[in-house]
This record gives sequence, C-alpha cells and structure tokens, in this order.
Amino acid sequence: MLFLSFFKTLVDREITVELKNGVEIRGVLKTADQYFNLKLDNVTCINESKFPHLSSVKSIFLRGSTVRYVHLTNNDVDTNLLQDASRRGE
Amino acid sequence: MSESKSEPLDLVRLLLDEKIHVKLRGARELSGKLQAYDSHCNLVLSDAVETIYDTNENNELISRNKTSEILFVRGDSVILVSSPSDE
Repeated sequence: MLFLSFFKTLVDREITVELKNGVEIRGVLKTADQYFNLKLDNVTCINESKFPHLSSVKSIFLRGSTVRYVHLTNNDVDTNLLQDASRRGE
Repeated sequence: MSESKSEPLDLVRLLLDEKIHVKLRGARELSGKLQAYDSHCNLVLSDAVETIYDTNENNELISRNKTSEILFVRGDSVILVSSPSDE
C-alpha cells in the first residue's frame, strides 16, 4: 500500500507519466487506485508531434499497467518518509 | 517473524538510500538513488539517469540519456536491481 499512499500525496500536483508505448502525458493528478490507475486533468501530450491523436484530450484515465514511469520533481516528495515506509515494509 | 527469514528483497532493502543500477525491459537501464520499493519491485529513484539503447541505420549501437529528479518506476518493467559496483 506504500505506493498507493504515495500517489495519494501527489493528488492535485502536476506529474508527467511516461507510458510503455512512448507517449508522455503531463497533467494534474486527480485520483489513483490500488492498480495505480490514474486520472489526470488539464493534460498535454509532451511528444505531441509523435502522437498527435491526443492533442484535443483534456482529461484522461490511464490504466495502471500501461505506465512505465512517473516523472516527479524534488519538491513533490519527502524522500525520508519514503525510505522509512519502505524499511517498515508498509 | 519474517525478520529471521531471509528473502530476495532483503538485498533491495539494504540498497535503500544507496546508488543503484536497474535493468529494464525495452533495452533501458537506470541509475539513481533508491528511495522506495515494494514487493512488486515498484521503485522510486532520485537523480535518476535513464539510458536507452538502440541501433542506428548502420546497425551500430547507440545510447541516449534522460534525467529525472524523482522517478517512479512500475515494477513490471524491472529485470534486475543491483548496486552499481557489481555490474
């Protein structure tokens, strides 16, 4: 449940999700569930020239299994909190 | 209870707050400091550098790097986790 709590702390923050097919989507995280399904608002596709079919999408549901990475910045996370939670095996 | 029994992920626990090397599906590798992991090998790395390997039109191996301050990696892409020294 560690990473579910982790994603809950990121709600209302702007994140960049890189999918396994190469699409990179930036948007505001609205909800996350146990499968790491994500809902993003105000989305923009970063590599839009490569994937123009997403250019008019404003809000998106992402199935967790299609995610490769989530890119974040240092002020999105408390690394000490993450390390402690991992050691406890939460 | 589980404290006395050793399991494979104990090794990963020892790597917390250390620089690690991760091999991923799709000819990708990562290095960065391990901040979090779970039993699915979902990871959070800080100061992550991703190396993507590919071949050019002459079939020569090329690689490019991408950096990220904090990177969450979904566990199903992970092939192996090691410390950088024992590559």
